[in-house]
Amino acid sequence: MIEQPKNFGFGEDETMLRDSARKFFADNCSADKIHHQVAGNPDIHRNIECIWDKSLWQQIGELGWTAACVPEAAGGIGMSLVAAVALAEEAGRAAFPSPLISTFNTTFVLRECDSAVATGLLGEIASGKPMTLAITNKQGSWEPSDSDVSVTDGKLNGTAWFVQDARKADGFVVSARSAGGIGLYYVEPTASGVTIDADGIIDLTRDQAHISFAAVDALEIAAPGTGDVALAHGLPAIQAILAADMVGAGEWLLQTTVEYAKVRVQFDRPLGFFQAVKHPLVNVMLDIDRSRSLAYNAACAIDSDPQRSDWENIQKLAHMAKANASEMAAFSSSRAVQFHGGIGFTWECYVHLFFKRQMHNQMLFGDAKYHRAKLADMLIGKAA
Amino acid sequence: MSAADRMDTPEQAEFRAYCRDWLDNNHPGQPPVRLPLGALELSDVDALHWLQTWQKSAYDAGLVGCDYAKEAGGGGRTDCQTIANQEMQRAKTPYLPNIIGLGMAAPTVYFHGQEEVKNTLLPALLSGEEIWCQGFSEPGAGSDLANQQTFAEKRGDSWVINGHKVWTSLAHFASWMILLCRTDKSEKYNGLSYFVVPIESAIGNGVTVRPLIKMTGETGFNEVIFEDLVVEDKYRLDAVGAGWQVAMTTLAHERGAGLLVTPSAGGLDQENTRGANTSSPSALIKLAKTSYRNGKTAADDPLIRDEIVKMAIRQEAFRQNQRRTLVPELTDHPMRIPLQNKLIATEFNQDLAEIGYDIQGPASSLYLNDDNASDGGEWQLAYMNSFGVTIAAGANEVQRNILGERVLGLAKSK
Repeated sequence: MIEQPKNFGFGEDETMLRDSARKFFADNCSADKIHHQVAGNPDIHRNIECIWDKSLWQQIGELGWTAACVPEAAGGIGMSLVAAVALAEEAGRAAFPSPLISTFNTTFVLRECDSAVATGLLGEIASGKPMTLAITNKQGSWEPSDSDVSVTDGKLNGTAWFVQDARKADGFVVSARSAGGIGLYYVEPTASGVTIDADGIIDLTRDQAHISFAAVDALEIAAPGTGDVALAHGLPAIQAILAADMVGAGEWLLQTTVEYAKVRVQFDRPLGFFQAVKHPLVNVMLDIDRSRSLAYNAACAIDSDPQRSDWENIQKLAHMAKANASEMAAFSSSRAVQFHGGIGFTWECYVHLFFKRQMHNQMLFGDAKYHRAKLADMLIGKAA
Repeated sequence: MSAADRMDTPEQAEFRAYCRDWLDNNHPGQPPVRLPLGALELSDVDALHWLQTWQKSAYDAGLVGCDYAKEAGGGGRTDCQTIANQEMQRAKTPYLPNIIGLGMAAPTVYFHGQEEVKNTLLPALLSGEEIWCQGFSEPGAGSDLANQQTFAEKRGDSWVINGHKVWTSLAHFASWMILLCRTDKSEKYNGLSYFVVPIESAIGNGVTVRPLIKMTGETGFNEVIFEDLVVEDKYRLDAVGAGWQVAMTTLAHERGAGLLVTPSAGGLDQENTRGANTSSPSALIKLAKTSYRNGKTAADDPLIRDEIVKMAIRQEAFRQNQRRTLVPELTDHPMRIPLQNKLIATEFNQDLAEIGYDIQGPASSLYLNDDNASDGGEWQLAYMNSFGVTIAAGANEVQRNILGERVLGLAKSK
C-alpha cells in the first residue's frame, strides 16, 4: 500500500498556483470575451478556423505554467501532476482556447521517455513552446500500440489522426511503427513533407487535424519497442488532466445554470423553486464532486508512486476518474442547455461553448464506456 | 503512527493510549447470535442484551459519553469522543445498541433539558441500560415534519398527551422517547413543543407499542399510540412553542453536524453481521461469478459488468469525497459534501442491491425461506430494506431540496 498525502498533494505551492490561475482567467478570459473571440461567426460552412490569443499564451509561459511539471533537470519547476490537474481544472472552467492541455499531455509522455531528446524537448516546453501528441490512428484507437504512421531509416510516412491543437502546436510527438515496434518521434509543423489538414470540429475552443507525413525527417525520442510503453505510462496522467478540465467546465455549467435558475421567473416563481429543475441540478453537483475527488485521487496516486510499484492501482484510479468525468461532462452539459430553456438552445447563450468543449472532452482519450470496459477487465477479469 | 495521532492534543494522546490499552484487554469478542447490520434493526432480545453489556462496559471504562459533563454521567473531557470512536473502530468492536439515545436524544436533552432531568436520565442512556427511541414521524408528518398532530395539553402542572407515532425504531425495547408534538394548533412551526416521555414504564398506562411489519416480512420498527399519557412538566425541553428549534438540535446531530460527537463503534468483523455479503462491489463480483443468466455466467455479461464497474467507481468516489472534505482548500462550500453523504450512501446501497438482484436471473425470485437462494436470499432482502433508509431521516427528495437550497442557493420549494 503506497502512502498518500491526505491533501492529495495540494500543498501551499499548488494551491497558490491554482488561485493565481483562477484570477488570471477571471481577469482575462470571461465567457463573454471567449465567446466574442471564438464564436464570432456561426456559419457552419465558414473556413475552419484556429483562433487563440497568443499574447495570453506568452503570459502563461512567463507565469511558469508550462514549466510547472517539467522536471528540474530538464529546466522546469519540477512540480507534480496535481499542479497540472489544478491548472487544467481552471482552464476548463474558463473554456480556455489554447494548447495548454495538449502541452501538458505531451509533457507527461516525454517524462516517461528516457532520452536526451526527450529532456531537450521538455526544456523547450518549459520555456513556453506549445506541443501536442500525434498518436491516434484513423479508427480513433486510444491504444498506444496502434498507429497509422510508419518509420523507415529515420523518415516518417503515413497519417496521424485526431491530433489536438495541431495548428497551435510548434512541435509534434508522433508515434510510429517499424519492425522493432512503436517508437516516438519529434517533428515540427514546418518540416518538409508535413501536411496539416484541419478537421471541421464542433468544439470552438480547440482545433484538431489529421497530419500526413511524406518521408519526413524525424528525431527519435523513444526507440522502437519503447514508445508504446512510454505512452502507456503517460496515459493515466493524461486521463486525470482531461478529467480535471471537465470538472472545471462542469462547475462553470452548474454555477451558470444555478444563477439563471435564480433569476428566470416562470409561473410567478424562480425556476429553481421547481424540483424538476432543482433536483437534477443537485445531481449535477453530486456528479461533479465525485469526478473532482476521483481526478485528484488519480493524480495523487500517480504522484505518490513514481516507480509504479502498484501500476494496476494507478491505471484503475485513472480509468475511474476519466470514466466518471466523461459521464458528468455530458450530463452537466445537457442539463445546462435544458434549464436555460429557449435561450440555452441559441448561439448567443454562452452555454454552447462549454457544452461543445465537454462533448469533445468526454470522448478524448476514451469515453466513459471505454474506461469502464477496461475497469471491468481489471476488477472482474476478462469475459469468457 | 497515523496522521490522526499526530494531531492529538496532549489530553487526546493520553486518552488514546488509554483507550487502546483498555480495548486490547476488553474486546467483547464475537456475539453469541448473528447481529443485524445496524442497531436500528435489532429485534432479538439476546442480541440486544449482549450489545447492552458491551455498551455498559465501554461506558464504565469512559469510552462512551466522554465529552459530556460528569454531573450528567459523562467523562468531563474535551474533544475525546472522536478519539474513543477511532480506537473502537480500529479495534473492530461491535456497534453500540443505544444508537438513537446516543446520536439524537443525549445531545438534545443535554442542550435543552433541565439540570435535574439531564442528571437523572443521561447516565443510564450513555451506559445503554435504558434504550431510547424517537417520536417524530406520524402518519401525516413524514417529510413535512412540522405537520405534527400528536397533541400535548397542559392540565395543572402536567401535560396530557394524545396521538400516534409511526416508524419508531427500537420502541419495543425503549424506556424513553424524545417526542416532538403540538401544543398550539394555531401556528405550524411555533406551535410545537418537545418532551421526553416514558415508554416501557407507561405501557398500559397511556402508551401502546405495536410492531409494524416491513415489506420484507421482518419486524424492526413500531407504532406508538398515546392515550392520555400524563407527563410531568419538568420533562419538557426548552420553552413551550420552541419544539422546532429543539428538533433542529436533534437533526443536526443526526446528520453529524452537531456540537457533540456521537459515540460510535461498529467495526466488528463483518462475518457476524447480516447484510455484510450484500454491501460492496466486490460482493457483486463474487455473486456474478457464480450466477447464471441465459445460460451464461453473469460475470461475462457486458451489461452486468458495466453496472458492477459503475458501483466500484461510486464507492471509490464516496471514499475520496470524504478525504477531500478534510481539505478546506479543495471544497467550495463547507457543507457541500457533508450534506450529500446520506443521499449518496443510501442510494449506493439501493443500487448495489438492485444489481445484486439482477445478476441472479431467475434465481432472484428466491427469498430467505429457500435453501437454493444465493447468499441466503439476502440481496433481495437488502434491496427491499434499502428503501427504509432512502425514505427515513428526511427522504432523499428532501435531502435534494436541502442541497439545492442551502448549498446552491436555489429558491425554497415550499
